[in-house]
Amino acid sequence: MKYELQPTLPPPPNTIGVVGWARKHLFNGPFNSIATILLAWLAVTLLIPVIDWVFISANWSGTTRDACTGEGACWVFIGQRIDQFLYGFYPREETWRLDLSFVLLLALILWLAIPKLPAKGWAAVLTLIVYPIVAFYLLTGGAFGLVAVDTHEWGGLSLTLVLAVVGMVASLPLGILLALGRQSDMPIVKSLSVIYIEIWRGVPLITVLFMASVMLPLFFPEGMNFDKLLRALIGITLFQSAYMAEVIRGGLQAIPKGQYEAADALGLGYWQKMILIILPQALKMMIPGIVNTFIALFKDTSLVLIIGLFDLLAIVQAATNDPRWIGYATEGYVFVAFVFWLFCFSMSRYSQHLEKRLQTGHGNRA
Amino acid sequence: MPSDLPNVNERPSHEKPIEEIKFWNDPAKRAMLFQILLVLVLGTFVWFIGSNTLNNLEQRGITTGFGFLNQEAGFGIPLSLIEYAETSSYGRTFFVGLLNTVLVSVLGIIAATILGFILGVARLSDNWLIAKLSALYIETFRNIPLLLQIFFWYFAVLRSLPSPRQSIEFLGSYLNIRGLSMPAPVAEPGFHFVWIALGVAIVASWLVTKWAHKRQDETGQIFPTPWVVTGLIIGLPLLAFLVTGAPLSLDHPELRGFNFRGGMTIIPEFVALWLALTIYTAAFIAETVRGGILAVPHGQIEAASALGLPKTRTLRLIVIPQAMRVIIPPLTSQYLNLTKNSSLATAIGYPDLVSVFAGTTLNQTGQAIEIISMTMAVYLTLSILTSLFMNWYNKRVALIER
Repeated sequence: MKYELQPTLPPPPNTIGVVGWARKHLFNGPFNSIATILLAWLAVTLLIPVIDWVFISANWSGTTRDACTGEGACWVFIGQRIDQFLYGFYPREETWRLDLSFVLLLALILWLAIPKLPAKGWAAVLTLIVYPIVAFYLLTGGAFGLVAVDTHEWGGLSLTLVLAVVGMVASLPLGILLALGRQSDMPIVKSLSVIYIEIWRGVPLITVLFMASVMLPLFFPEGMNFDKLLRALIGITLFQSAYMAEVIRGGLQAIPKGQYEAADALGLGYWQKMILIILPQALKMMIPGIVNTFIALFKDTSLVLIIGLFDLLAIVQAATNDPRWIGYATEGYVFVAFVFWLFCFSMSRYSQHLEKRLQTGHGNRA
Repeated sequence: MPSDLPNVNERPSHEKPIEEIKFWNDPAKRAMLFQILLVLVLGTFVWFIGSNTLNNLEQRGITTGFGFLNQEAGFGIPLSLIEYAETSSYGRTFFVGLLNTVLVSVLGIIAATILGFILGVARLSDNWLIAKLSALYIETFRNIPLLLQIFFWYFAVLRSLPSPRQSIEFLGSYLNIRGLSMPAPVAEPGFHFVWIALGVAIVASWLVTKWAHKRQDETGQIFPTPWVVTGLIIGLPLLAFLVTGAPLSLDHPELRGFNFRGGMTIIPEFVALWLALTIYTAAFIAETVRGGILAVPHGQIEAASALGLPKTRTLRLIVIPQAMRVIIPPLTSQYLNLTKNSSLATAIGYPDLVSVFAGTTLNQTGQAIEIISMTMAVYLTLSILTSLFMNWYNKRVALIER
């Protein structure tokens, strides 16, 4: 007689390990098996030439197009022009100013984004109020012993970032006002906000940029000249603020009604209620939405090439027409695509991560 | 007990008369005042802009008004769905551009919807490889600017095609740098019978569907409606086509000089724009579809299998109707985005509304205000119509809670 428990038998060998995983996820049923084999074949035949072109037979070093001998990509083209792609026509001895302003921005964003770091309020004030002033003087110069750099000389990735960041920071306060206006009880304020938001959201950015570049000079008295960059920035800000307003409205609507009523019961005025009670809660919930609109804006900045500004895409596009490097358009586009992808993908991952984190904190958000 | 606290037993005296509320403390009056001020400020701003604009236009010698729409345009447009020649008016360029915008948008919407639904469902597949490949597609194309994708297809892919003389030939079509020249179908007399047959087939399918529903309600028997309907829609026109003796001839393209004549040619600008719009928007539609399907509670699917519904009918009767409720509103806004994004055509010279009208016509006439306003009005109308449709739809499908 045995009284000890028998040891458990191991699971059948075809349900564990690599084989089990493959049976469960790749070959469960005839349809899935055929699909897996077909797709695997397709992926391999498509991906191998791409990987070969990008890495294996690509040329990485050299100074002229003669260095590109292989069948693969000619990254020499990018390497030779990388300064221009990053800084545009900004004077070479002054590019440290661009570097410094973006390092500062990165530091501030990290301060805001990493949950463990303290004093978020101060970080927000620095980012939204102090930093724009500092960056303005750093980039344009003409004061504090810095050489003035005309906006015609700006370009490349730094111009893309300037357009996106300025468009974002400037549209935030306007968007908040518009969202509050749309939620307001005052009929005129409400209808004006609705009209503004719906008009800008209804038209493509390209017509807004056209309008900013063709019509804006007509709107102001003779002699009041905006430069091209400022006109584009005005267009982008007006456009973006409408989208921002809708994101913020979503946040305002997600705040439970009891919060509004509690603020009223305490006798707070409208602005006290909004600034002390509603907006701090709403803004926190809106961060994923704001990041998503920022991604859209970041991609849309490439449209400024149509009104003649040299952002990253435009400057690469111009470089592919250089007779010394003709025929390397694909390399240029792949490079730009990679840069944009890197920015947008990491931002969208961050916003997804935030959404997950916020969802646990606020049960009232279905 | 601290002595400085007020004595609760002592009643507050009512001897002092309650002060009248100052008008700046009365919310209603304050709101009124604020709105009057706002209107005044805005009015002044509009007046300032208006008078400046009139001054500036006068100084530049530009007359305002829509009279320019009747003048002769004098430039050619490579693709036009309506009769257009260089002698046509500027007004006509507006319609040519508008129709080209509609053409690329509608074809883009159809293709992006099909691709997007496939990708969205694929991302939820049990099959690891299908799900991962779909995710790879979505994450790649969603995060690359559309303009860059248009440039890639146009400058890097289509521009590297051979010249017309070295065209790639297949199935009587010629692919070269000027586009794809294909044989064009020409309807011979008697072809209208095919259209009539198609009409009959559609009416018959509708009747069959109604009858099948009724029969199922009464007897519970299921009629293979999808198969019968497909057979009708394809079969009847095909039958009419064969009976009338295939009344369709092909107009083949021929190489004359440096270009192809005859047949029909799809211009590369159209292909690049259409491809890029489809690929980009499909990634967003896929995410919408995935969200919609995930929004259907799992209990619904379990309840369906508890009732003994097979998998396909669960999908068709339980999952899809509930998912569509979530999918359609963001889907319509994706359609609107695609239509607005088609204005990027101007960057590669596809003759859409912005490129032809707000581009060439604007440059030739200088009527910036009128032209930009007309262009914006078109997009605005589309967007208002879309939101009206969405409101109507949301009301129709809203859950009626008991």
